[in-house]
Amino acid sequence: MISHPMPEFGSYSLLLALIFTGYNLLVGGFALWGGSPSGLRITRRPEAVWNRIGETARRAGIASFVALCCAAFALVWAAFTNDFSVEYIRAHSNIALNPAYKFAALWSGQEGSLLLWAFLLSAYGFVLRVRHRVDVRLSAFASVILSGVQFFFVLLLCVGAPPFSTPPGPVPADGAGLNPLLQYPEMVMHPPLLYLGYVGFSVPFAFALGALMMRYPGEKWIHITRRWTMVTWLFLTVGIFMGAHWAYSVLGWGGYWGWDPVENASLMPWLTGTAFLHSVMMQEKRGMMKNWNVWLIFSTFLLTILGTLLTRSGAVASVHAFAQSAIGAWFYTFIVIAFAVCLFTFFFQRDHLKSENKLESLVSRESSFLFNNLILLVACFTVLWGTLFPVLSEYVQGSKVTVGAPFYNRVNIPIGLFLLFLTGIGPLLAWRSTSLRSIRRNFILPSIAMAATAIALMISGVRPWNDGDDMQSTLFSLVAFTLSAGVITAIVEEFLRGANVVRTQTGKNILSSTVLLVRRNTRRYGGYIIHFGIVVMFIGIAGGAFDQAREMEMSYGDTLSIGGYTLICRSITQDSTPNYDTNFAVLDEYHNGKFVKQLSPEKRTYFPGTDHEQPSTIVALHSTAQADLYTVFEGTNPDTGRPIIKVILHPLIAWIWIGVVIVVVGTFIALAPNLVRTAVRQRQEELAAVGHAPLGVPGVLAKVPHA
Amino acid sequence: MRKLTHARHGPVFWARTVQTALLCLITMAMLGAGQSRFDRIGHELMCSCSCGQVLLECNHVGCPDSARMIDELRAQLATGNSDTQIQQWFVTKYGATVLAAPMRGGFDNVAWIVPIGVFLLATIGTFVVVWLWKRRALAMAASMPAVGGVLGEFPASQSNPQDAALRERIRRETEY
Repeated sequence: MISHPMPEFGSYSLLLALIFTGYNLLVGGFALWGGSPSGLRITRRPEAVWNRIGETARRAGIASFVALCCAAFALVWAAFTNDFSVEYIRAHSNIALNPAYKFAALWSGQEGSLLLWAFLLSAYGFVLRVRHRVDVRLSAFASVILSGVQFFFVLLLCVGAPPFSTPPGPVPADGAGLNPLLQYPEMVMHPPLLYLGYVGFSVPFAFALGALMMRYPGEKWIHITRRWTMVTWLFLTVGIFMGAHWAYSVLGWGGYWGWDPVENASLMPWLTGTAFLHSVMMQEKRGMMKNWNVWLIFSTFLLTILGTLLTRSGAVASVHAFAQSAIGAWFYTFIVIAFAVCLFTFFFQRDHLKSENKLESLVSRESSFLFNNLILLVACFTVLWGTLFPVLSEYVQGSKVTVGAPFYNRVNIPIGLFLLFLTGIGPLLAWRSTSLRSIRRNFILPSIAMAATAIALMISGVRPWNDGDDMQSTLFSLVAFTLSAGVITAIVEEFLRGANVVRTQTGKNILSSTVLLVRRNTRRYGGYIIHFGIVVMFIGIAGGAFDQAREMEMSYGDTLSIGGYTLICRSITQDSTPNYDTNFAVLDEYHNGKFVKQLSPEKRTYFPGTDHEQPSTIVALHSTAQADLYTVFEGTNPDTGRPIIKVILHPLIAWIWIGVVIVVVGTFIALAPNLVRTAVRQRQEELAAVGHAPLGVPGVLAKVPHA
Repeated sequence: MRKLTHARHGPVFWARTVQTALLCLITMAMLGAGQSRFDRIGHELMCSCSCGQVLLECNHVGCPDSARMIDELRAQLATGNSDTQIQQWFVTKYGATVLAAPMRGGFDNVAWIVPIGVFLLATIGTFVVVWLWKRRALAMAASMPAVGGVLGEFPASQSNPQDAALRERIRRETEY
C-alpha cells in the first residue's frame, strides 16, 4: 500500500484552522470591545485602530475556511487513494467501493461528519465575512460568534475525534467498507443537505446574538438574515425528507419515518426554525415578539447541538449506532457554555427587546402566528419529551422504556392536524384585527370545500364509525383530507382574487396574471406555495391509513394479489459482484389484468474487507400518483429454501415527495426578488420625473385587495 | 336583543367555537379504538433483537427473535387473554423495553400526560397573554388617541427616516 503525506497535511490543516479560528474569536472579540464606546474610553485609541485589528480577525476567519477546505480535501483524497493507514478510511471504505460512495465516506463516520460540520460552518462563515459590507459591525459580531462555534468543532477534531489518526502497526490491505445501508444514491446527498441545514442555523443565531449584544437598532438584522434562514430551512427540509425517502427505499420495512432519536434530532430544529420563520414576520411588521424570536433562534441553534449530543453521546438508544462515540462530554460542555452566553446576553440586554406594539385582537394574523408557534413548539416539546423519556424513566423507575412510533403517532398526529387547520385559517386573517364580514367572505368557500370533501369521502366509504378494525387512523385521514381541501381552496382563492385584480389592470389572461401576481410579491405567494406543498405532504401522509400488506413464499409461477394488483413470480436469481452477492426475484406486475412492469426486489450480502457479511435490502418499487406497490425480498425460508416476498400497497404516498418538491419551488420563489415591482416603481419614478402624477402610492400592488 | 345576538356571534365567539370543536374532535380521535388485535398488539411491541423496529415490521435477514415472538403473540391471543395481560406477559419475559410505548401505568402515564398538559397550559397561557395584551393595547389607545405609526404599524416615535424604506418594503412583502 502506497503511503501518502495526506494524513499529515490534513492534521496540519486542522491545526492551522484552529489557530485562525482562535485568532478570529479572541482578536475579533477584543477589537469589538475596543471599538465600543466603553472600549474607546478606556483604551483611548482611535476607532480606526480597532477597525484595522477587526479586519485582521475577519481575514483570519476566511483563512480558517481555506484550512478546513484543505483538511476535508485530505480526507477525501485519502478515501479515493485507499489510504488505509488512516484509521477512519480503513473503518469506512474499501478498495471495491464505488467512487461516489468513497466521497460519501467523508460523512459516514463520527470524525468525518464532524469535519464536514466544521467545514460547512467555515463555508457559511466565509460567505458572511466576504459579504460583511452589508453591515460591517453587525457582521463582525456575527463573525466572532460563528468563530466561537467553529472553534469548538475544530478543537474537537484536533483533540477529541481526530479524523487523520494513523494507528501504529502494518497498514491493512483493504478497509472494512462503507455501511451497506449507506451505499445508496440518496445517501450521497442526504447527510450533506441535513448538515447544511443544521450548520446553517448557526448564522441567524450568530446575527441574533450579535444584534442583541450590540443593541442593534431596528429590525434590519432580521432582513439581513431572512435569506440565510430560509435557505437553511430549505436545506434542512430537503435533507429530512431525503432521509425519509432513503429509509423508505432502502430499509425495506415499508415506512419512511421511524421516530428514531436521530430522526427526532433533525425534526426538532426544523419545528423551531419553522416557528421562527413565521413569528419573525411579526417583529418585521409590527415590532412585536422580540424576546420570543430571539429565544426561538437560540433554541433552534441549541437543538441542533442537543440533537448531536443525544445521538452521539449514547444517552439515548438509536438505530444510527454508527454515529455513537464517547464525545458526549465535549457536547455537554459546549451546550452549557452556549446556553449560558445566550442567557447572560439576554438578561443584560433584555430592555432592548421591548415590543413596540401589542396584539390588538384574538382574531388577527398576529394571533394565528402565535398559535402556529404554540403548536410547532408543543410538537417540538413532544418529540424532545419522547426522546428523553427513556432516560427519565431509567432515572425514576430504574428501568428503561421504549418510546416508539405508537407514542409519537398518537400524540403528534392531532397536533399536526391542528397545525394544518392553522395553515388554512392563518393567511385568511388580516393583520391587527379581522372584521366579521371579512371572516365570512374569506371562510365561506373553504368551509364549503371542507364540507363537500367530508361528504364525498364518507359516501365513497371513508367512514371511521363503520371501520371497526381501523377507526382511529381512518378518522385522522378523514380529518386530514377534509382540512386539506379547505386549505387548498383558501390558497387557490387567494391566488385567484389577486390574479383577477391584475387581470383587470393589465388585460392579460388569468394564467399570465397569476404569474405576474407571484412575481410582484414573491415572498407572499412563495409562502402560499410552500403551504400548498405542506398540505400535499399531509395528503400523502394521510393515505397511510389505507395501507395494505401481504407476505408469502414464492417460487416460479406463484401469484400474489393485493388491491387491484397481481404479481407473478418469473424467476429467483443469484448474482455476484466484487462488493456483494445478491439474491433477487423477478416479478411481473399486472394491474387490473394488464401487464405494467417487472419488479426485482433484492437481498444483498456485502462482504467488504475482513469484516463479517452485512445483509442489505434493495426494495423494488412501482410508484404512481395513486399508490406505490412496494416489494421486498425478505429472505429465504430455511426449511423450504423458497424466498419470502413482502408486498405493501401504499396509497397516495408519492404525494409526500411531490409535496417536498412543491415546498422547494415555493421557497425558491419566496427567495427571489420582486422583479416586476421594481419595474413598476421605476415607471412611477419616470412618470414622476417628467411631471406626471405617479400611478398611486404605494403603487399598483396596493390595489390588490387582501383579507 | 339584536345587540345581544350580534355579540354572541362575534369573531371571538366563532374562533372559540371552532377551536373547542377541534379539540373535541382531536380528543375523540385520540380515544378511538385501533386495528385488529393481532395487528394492533403486534405494532405495540418491539422486536427484542435490538434492531429498534416494531415487531411486525422487523425485516432483517436471519432475525433470531421476530418469528418466535410473533408465534408467541399468536399463542397469547389464542388463550383469550386481554390486551393488558398479553402485554404484561411480554414485559415479564422480555423486559419493559419490549413495549413500543410506555403503557404499563404508574410513571409510564407521565409520558402521555405531560405533552397534553403542556399543550393545554400553552393554549390557555396564550389566550391569557393575548387577552392581557389586548386589554393593555385598548388602555393605551384610550390614554393616547394620537398614537399612530408612519405606516400604521410602528408608533411614530419609533420610526426614523433610515428605517422607513425598509419598513415600507417589509409592509409590502408581508401584506395580506
